[in-house]
Amino acid sequence: MAKVKGAIVIDIQRCKGCEVCVPACPKDVIGMSTNVNNKGYHYAEPKHDDCIGCANCAIVCPDGVITVYRAKD
Amino acid sequence: MAETIFDPNIIKDQNLVYKRTDHMKEKALSYCPGCGHGTAHRILMEVIEEMGIQEKTIGVSPVGCSVLAYDFMNVDMQGAAHGRAPALATAIKRLMPDKFVFTYQGDGDLAAIGTAETIHACNRGEHITIIFINNGIYGMTGGQMAPTTLPGMRSSTSPYGRDEATMGHPLRMTELVATLPGTCFVTRQAVHTPGNVRKAKRALRTAFELQTRKIGVSFVEIVSNCNSGWKMTPVKANTWMEENMFPYYPLGDIKVPEKID
Ligand SMILES: Cc1ncc(C[n+]2csc(CCOP(=O)(O)OP(=O)(O)O)c2C)c(N)n1
Ligand code: SF4
Ligand code: SF4
Ligand code: SF4
Repeated sequence: MAKVKGAIVIDIQRCKGCEVCVPACPKDVIGMSTNVNNKGYHYAEPKHDDCIGCANCAIVCPDGVITVYRAKD
Repeated sequence: MAETIFDPNIIKDQNLVYKRTDHMKEKALSYCPGCGHGTAHRILMEVIEEMGIQEKTIGVSPVGCSVLAYDFMNVDMQGAAHGRAPALATAIKRLMPDKFVFTYQGDGDLAAIGTAETIHACNRGEHITIIFINNGIYGMTGGQMAPTTLPGMRSSTSPYGRDEATMGHPLRMTELVATLPGTCFVTRQAVHTPGNVRKAKRALRTAFELQTRKIGVSFVEIVSNCNSGWKMTPVKANTWMEENMFPYYPLGDIKVPEKID
């Protein structure tokens, strides 16, 4: 069976660092950066590339800052 | 393309699974980090996009944190005086019966100052959709007690917790309007988890589709967090909401119309 690989792109300047996306991810992909964006928020960032492209993180993000891609290997 | 830890071959247009709908405007939302208003706005606009009714939709924004909803939602909108959104929506729908008309209101707006407008629009059976964001508090003005505030819940005007003997009981507006013959679809949803977002979106879709049947108000409550007013982190607020709000405001459909094939 072809393996499904996902990827997310986070618009870090729009991220408000609320962390709501973190528990929504079944693969524990998302963590919070130690850096801050222009607004001073610790933004979300991927910790590893184990993403399956399920979009859970993106649909719970109140600010709609996550874009999700998925491809078969 | 900015730096990414993912395989760049995945990040291509043909592999796109999800991106913010352009039915939301570019403007950054004015809501606090983690506030459910943003998610509710977005799924509402996704429904409008998927139904292809952007040009035929008119929304009415309330007074409350979502007073500026017209700055964020890319559809025609009008702002109502505090609590009066269902009355304004009534006028719009009666003048333009082929439009899809919705109100978007908080609990202070809908269940306190606007109680009369809400109940009478529901009782008249206007063919509109009412979207009710219940966070149990007046968010915009600094977390005062609302009719929906839970027993024992602290707010800036009930610092020792809501005492039902002197402050009354939390008002379940959604159950109340479900008893009125003028409502056709009444449901309570949430938007804090992926599963709940998907269900809430389906409910909004049903609510808008029902407008074409002209059988009365479709009413969608979304129990949401006000993490600033509750003085919790967003993630903690969502857990608190599950543990405390949902027992009093249980999720699910309260009234559904008969199916037609
Ligand atoms: C006629 C009038 N009375 C009172 C106010 C003050 N006021 C502004 S927002 C608000 C309550 C908002 O609470 P809610 O509807 O629950 O929305 P939230 O901010 O929580 O989303 C009040 C009382 C007002 N703007 N106009
Ligand atoms: S798309 Fe799914 S797996 Fe990938 S980061 Fe988001 S929630 Fe996690
Ligand atoms: S849910 Fe959205 S705004 Fe909140 S931390 Fe995650 S990406 Fe940022
Ligand atoms: S005050 Fe409450 S309801 Fe208003 S934006 Fe902040 S969290 Fe949301």
